[in-house]
Amino acid sequence: MDLYQELILEHSKRPHHAGLREPFDAEVHHINPTCGDEVTLRVDVTGTGPDAVVTDISYEAQGCSISVASSSVLAEEVIGHPVSEALQTFEAMRAMLTSRGTVTGDETVIGDGVAFAGVSKYPARVKCALLGWTAFTDALARAGVDISSTSSPSPQGASS
Amino acid sequence: MGDVLPFTDGELTAIRGDFPILTRTVRDGRPLVYLDSGATSHKPTPVLDAERAFYEQHNAAVHRGAHQLAEEATDDFEAARATVASFIGAPAHEVVFTKNATEALNLVAYAFSNAAPTDEPKDERFVLGPGDEILVTEMEHHANLVPWQELARRTGATLRWVPVDADGALDLSGLDDLLTERTKVFAFTHVSNVLGTVNPVTELAERAHAVGALVVVDACQSVPHLAVDVATLGADFIAFSGHKMYGPMGVGVLWGRAELLEVMPPFLTGGSMIELVTMERSTYAPAPQKFEAGVPNAAQAVGLAAAVRWIEAIGIERIHAHEASLVDRLQRSLAERPWVRVVGPAVGTPRGGAVAFVVDGVHAHDVGQVLDDAGVAVRVGHHCAWPLHRALAAAATTRASFAVHNTPADVDALLAALDRVPAIFGLDTHREAS
Repeated sequence: MDLYQELILEHSKRPHHAGLREPFDAEVHHINPTCGDEVTLRVDVTGTGPDAVVTDISYEAQGCSISVASSSVLAEEVIGHPVSEALQTFEAMRAMLTSRGTVTGDETVIGDGVAFAGVSKYPARVKCALLGWTAFTDALARAGVDISSTSSPSPQGASS
Repeated sequence: MGDVLPFTDGELTAIRGDFPILTRTVRDGRPLVYLDSGATSHKPTPVLDAERAFYEQHNAAVHRGAHQLAEEATDDFEAARATVASFIGAPAHEVVFTKNATEALNLVAYAFSNAAPTDEPKDERFVLGPGDEILVTEMEHHANLVPWQELARRTGATLRWVPVDADGALDLSGLDDLLTERTKVFAFTHVSNVLGTVNPVTELAERAHAVGALVVVDACQSVPHLAVDVATLGADFIAFSGHKMYGPMGVGVLWGRAELLEVMPPFLTGGSMIELVTMERSTYAPAPQKFEAGVPNAAQAVGLAAAVRWIEAIGIERIHAHEASLVDRLQRSLAERPWVRVVGPAVGTPRGGAVAFVVDGVHAHDVGQVLDDAGVAVRVGHHCAWPLHRALAAAATTRASFAVHNTPADVDALLAALDRVPAIFGLDTHREAS
């Protein structure tokens, strides 16, 4: 199955930067109501405005391999990077994941995120892959970071 | 039930031939193995034909107008009611058509809160307030939980629940403390949509009636799979959906005892359900019309009646025995795999048509994806029973649920696909699932 790239399985088994750490500016808890996947995510930001940098992302993720691996890749790609760059990475991830298989993703922008290209062919799994990323942008907003450069998130589907 | 003849190969082939969708392929040409009938069943051709014939030949707004089509449509709709009622051993006027089972359950919950204490005459059985209690169980589908939570919130009544034990049965050891004179309504499922547990409805209803509580039973997972006779079941209300029993989407059923339907306040109000309307106030039609506001879903009711006739032609006992043999085959095969943990009653215990399981170390979403890749459609997640999954300490389960058209080969296809899971996710298959 092209969905379960080795990279995804490795990240899901040994998620990078996992665990909740101090210090942090905001903590959020996001769930995927269809399957019960959950992530608690903290973000620590240094500096303000254009100089703001994501100093740390720490998290506890419980869920399917796609959602756990996605949080791991998020932390890997974003920690230590300027907020502006992190938001661009988020946008590129979302564009790829919601493309229904038409966007393969640019490795120079999303790094290991390209391993998730196959997810976009399975609409039911896109929310799994975006769980950590939407938690991240929510945490940034709660930390007082202006995230208005990102397009509004797609409406969450309901679950039964 | 007595001896029930299993289907011959020819009979099973004929049954499968009634489902056009079973001939399609999924995921790059794989034959469809549909094991998600607990979510919704497929529709046999006679059901599709009946719905189409209604629209092509009789279509009209029922209970309105005096033209010939209106008469025919009304006759069809009422005949459908009689067919469905007879299937569950009820008189026709005790069957209310709703949009789905969820609406049927909400109808009863809202009847309670619509019974304002100022109404005259009032029926105390439907008046809820602080100090009164609503009893549910931990294994309920959200459809038979959330409406009662909301009713408690609106009325100030207290919601209590019967816990589930480690075997997936209701833990009735504390029932005497939970079911008391304060209990106004006890709502529980006949068959769990996750565990497959068959609850002792008659016994529970007796105990509820002994304290004066009304009994509401979610029969969504029983009516399509085993013989249900409301005359002996003991419940006061049962709710089930058409689309889980080979009928169309958009039609559900509430059955209620006539004397209760008669005194119960309406839920949705408007056209059709009235007796007399002035600018100030209205009086209502007798049940079941009192509960069917607006132009009813006649085509869907006609389709559901066709589904009932289709089931009756095969025989519900034979359907039940066939599905039970598939459940048994799957359960026994899963028991041979130490890395799989089946939730719910042990092998050999009577069960509904669902088998849910956990693969140790692999999330149900991932298990389901591997099955889907092989053309095997199952449900993954919490199956609208999130509190139950918390009680089972499982974030999510993978559920196979059966219908009459399933075969032993379908079970084997699921197992073959499942056996790919350990290799894909690097699982140690000798370790026992926790």
